[in-house]
Amino acid sequence: TSGQCCSMQPGWGRCTQAAGTRQAPGLGESLVSLPLNCSGHQEPSCSHCVGQRGKITDIHYTIAIREWKKKKFKNIHCLSVLIFLCLNSQGVRKSYREVIDVSWGDPHRAGVKPLSFVRQVLAACLYPQLMDGDKLMVDVKQRAQRLLKTCAGGSVGKTSGIPQIIQSVSEYILRRDGGIPCHPENIYITPGSQWALTNILKVLVNSEASPRTGVLIPVPCHSTTIVSLTALGAVAVPYYLSEERGWALEVETLQQALDSAKGVCNPVALYIINPGNPAGYVQSRKCIQEVIHFAAEKKLFLLADEVYQDCVYGKESEFVSYKRALAEIGAPLSDTVELASFHTASKGLMGECGLRTGYVELVNLDPAVMKYINNLFSTNSCPVLGQVALDVMVNPPQPGDPSYPLYLKTQHIRASLAENVRRVEEVINSFPSFSCQSLEGGAFAFPRVFLPPKAIEKAKAGLQPDTFYCMRLLEEAGVLFSPGTEYGQMEGTYHISFCIMTPTDTMEEILKRLSTFHKQFMREFA
Amino acid sequence: MSQQAVNGVSCRGKVLTVENMNPNVKRVEYAVRGPIVQRAVQIEKELREGVKKPFTEVIKANIGDAQAMGQRPITFFRQVLVLCSYPELLEDNKFPEDAKKRARRILDACGGHSIGAYSASQGIECIRQDVARYIERRDGGIPSNPDNIYLSTGASDAIVTILKLLVCGEGRDRTGVMISIPQYPLYSAALADLAAVQINYYLDEDNCWSLNVAELKRALNEAKQHCKPRVLCIINPGNPTGQVQSRQCIEDVIQFAKEEHLFLMADEVYQDNVYAEGCKFHSFKKVLFEMGPEYSSTVEMASFHSTSKCYMGECGFRGGYMEVINMDPEVKAQLTKLVSVRLCPPVPGQALLDLVVNPPQPDEPSYTLFTKERTAVLATLAEKARLTEEIFNEVPGITCNPVQGAMYTFPRITLPQKAIDKAKAEGKVPDMFYCMKLLEEEGICLVPGSGFGQKDGTFHFRMTILPPTEKLKVVLQKIRDFHLRFTNEFS
Repeated sequence: TSGQCCSMQPGWGRCTQAAGTRQAPGLGESLVSLPLNCSGHQEPSCSHCVGQRGKITDIHYTIAIREWKKKKFKNIHCLSVLIFLCLNSQGVRKSYREVIDVSWGDPHRAGVKPLSFVRQVLAACLYPQLMDGDKLMVDVKQRAQRLLKTCAGGSVGKTSGIPQIIQSVSEYILRRDGGIPCHPENIYITPGSQWALTNILKVLVNSEASPRTGVLIPVPCHSTTIVSLTALGAVAVPYYLSEERGWALEVETLQQALDSAKGVCNPVALYIINPGNPAGYVQSRKCIQEVIHFAAEKKLFLLADEVYQDCVYGKESEFVSYKRALAEIGAPLSDTVELASFHTASKGLMGECGLRTGYVELVNLDPAVMKYINNLFSTNSCPVLGQVALDVMVNPPQPGDPSYPLYLKTQHIRASLAENVRRVEEVINSFPSFSCQSLEGGAFAFPRVFLPPKAIEKAKAGLQPDTFYCMRLLEEAGVLFSPGTEYGQMEGTYHISFCIMTPTDTMEEILKRLSTFHKQFMREFA
Repeated sequence: MSQQAVNGVSCRGKVLTVENMNPNVKRVEYAVRGPIVQRAVQIEKELREGVKKPFTEVIKANIGDAQAMGQRPITFFRQVLVLCSYPELLEDNKFPEDAKKRARRILDACGGHSIGAYSASQGIECIRQDVARYIERRDGGIPSNPDNIYLSTGASDAIVTILKLLVCGEGRDRTGVMISIPQYPLYSAALADLAAVQINYYLDEDNCWSLNVAELKRALNEAKQHCKPRVLCIINPGNPTGQVQSRQCIEDVIQFAKEEHLFLMADEVYQDNVYAEGCKFHSFKKVLFEMGPEYSSTVEMASFHSTSKCYMGECGFRGGYMEVINMDPEVKAQLTKLVSVRLCPPVPGQALLDLVVNPPQPDEPSYTLFTKERTAVLATLAEKARLTEEIFNEVPGITCNPVQGAMYTFPRITLPQKAIDKAKAEGKVPDMFYCMKLLEEEGICLVPGSGFGQKDGTFHFRMTILPPTEKLKVVLQKIRDFHLRFTNEFS
């Protein structure tokens, strides 16, 4: 047997013919377009692989796994591609017929259907001929016509942040925050909230400054922000959320973070995620106000990532925006503390991640600085379809509108989410080796897993223990989670993260596979 | 806004001030949406409020947004996009089979069969494969590897990403980037943002804005004294100048890049917009490969394309791609990581790009209509290009090079000394002063040449040739009348 083929390069060697050509029966397409953020692919160096054109045998698989295990990969998405290829082949048998990927906050990928009303409005804007006849409801047509009027030329091919949509967004914010004024000129629509965040960071971070600019970030925190920060030349200064107290943000940890930055960097901003990602907390009003006081006192610019504000399900929980909490504190803080708050059409019940649209609202910034920020944002253009979706998000059908019953399907998604939360907490907490804080908001569960020492030993030969756990979970149960290592966690603790915005039967299947796998794993390493 | 800010009280005590903000951001300017456009928007508002003006609408001939100026979208593209957005329509027999086939294929490649799911950061795989095949067909069979294709949020996103990779070093070692003057201000904005050194090479206005190597050499040698030149950017067909580079010229540029060890960035977003007799689009990649392995295996290059221009005009979809040639594999790995920060390019834009590189074929039902629409758009643009050159050249004080390609005209205007003095007295650059006056008096919004760069002592404006022909004729006449009035007023 040619054991020398498929020599793996850093990154992931694979047959370029395989992925995307055929799918195994019953296999979801999720793996075909998996986000592959490993360090790049290389062409396989053996003709054997190229010749196989999609057939990967047991031998390739075994060698590949062995090679992959030797490298210290943080990211296991590459492995899932390989597993897909194997399932696609005839040589490898697995106990599952498809891989369930819940490592991303992507509800559509996980099987949640797009909202019909949103898609009908998009369709009418794209192809106005559809509005002739009775296929579409009156309010769909009205909204599309209103939006098309705002696009010069009547076509949806326009570019800059559409003023009428910015107006809708500002009205939404006004309603959300109980009447606190919101000025459209402080709102910028961008291709996704991360894009807006990068722009604001660009203004804050002076890469030539010495000492370097620092930004406080929570642990755990989703990795995109950290990569943005480091790409801009800033230093990420971690502050630890208190897991045992429901991932609470305690001001003492903020002070500890500032202390740790002394002599290392100059912290100028405090980045907060509320509701959390990956940890599923929703901050209380009291907590938010304490954070604001701290930021004011220590002269920190507040960056509030509030993209999950529509995903709150904890019974005692309520989303309070940082802007609202700031206004409620009153003068002088309400007039002076500088804040940027981020939202998106990607999360929430609409989940239109692929349309790439988000916005930032800026509060209390120096008008002279705003002039430059305006110039900076003017070089961007935001996708028009995403802006249309955003318009629907901030201004959905109301009771009495013809499409309201259709839009009520969102209730179904909410109910599924609530059911998923209940089941996840029930199942996960039934294992003594798992502990999951109460899930109150956001789109993920982030339970802690207590790994037996033998497993940790085994893993240490090349992988973080939780990555090892997730890798085994993927191989043996066909479920793709993310290891806590990708988000940061207290030294010596291990976590797993998975998206809970899925259809309820998918979640049941996930929990079933996880339970079976977990019992086996714990037995093996007892 | 706080009462302090409204009163103009100094915002001392702010965390973020003009003094401590990133100094690079202060240098970012984007004339295409700059102060003159802001004033235009204000005037539109005033018109809506009923303020009396010598005109009833503002004609925005500043930005290359074809559909905003009335160009119709291509039916086939919109059909496939609507099927992707609302797949229930796949049951509707009013849509042709070839549109449905493509929509199904695209949806199959999307997570959960939805364009609302994230895609791979580099772009959907089958679309990258289609792009590679398109490039191969366009370039007479020269192979293109899908792994070298990165889909992006418009070409601008890809351009900025590559520049990010290329800019490094301190002081005299800071990366220098050669750009043509006049240039598209995205480049100068990105260079300012990245604190790269901008190296200007002047296009030859007297020779139809052609590029000559002697000028490249001059600019490079001068720059070597204060920076480390590493990149050469070229826009072909040109923006704002519209020139289409000859094949010989492209070879000369490649030769120069090889000799001087420069990374080539070829902005080719206007590749279908070629109008003048005797002009032809030659892709940099094709020429590179035809020059033989000594060049094609060594010169590092990135070429850019987009769905915003050509005959599509779909600016709002933010579709685009770049192809990287001969990039060091380790750098490419970093590039792949860098693009992941954006998560992914907008999926509708990716879908649209797929249609652009994979349009209806002669044996497909939509072919006839598609070809008819495409031809009509390009023919109309060609006619408007010709008309513009003709009318402007009849005006004493305006000289206009032929609009060989792209979507703009960049005529040179002679300004009387008195006007120049008046402008300076008001603290304005003379061509901005001219354009502002034109805006206030005629409601026509152009971009002053100073926003793009021009030889010292010369003045220009950039106007798009996008308004519908009848309206364009009116605009050209108004500018002619304005220019004569202006010259008179300041004589």
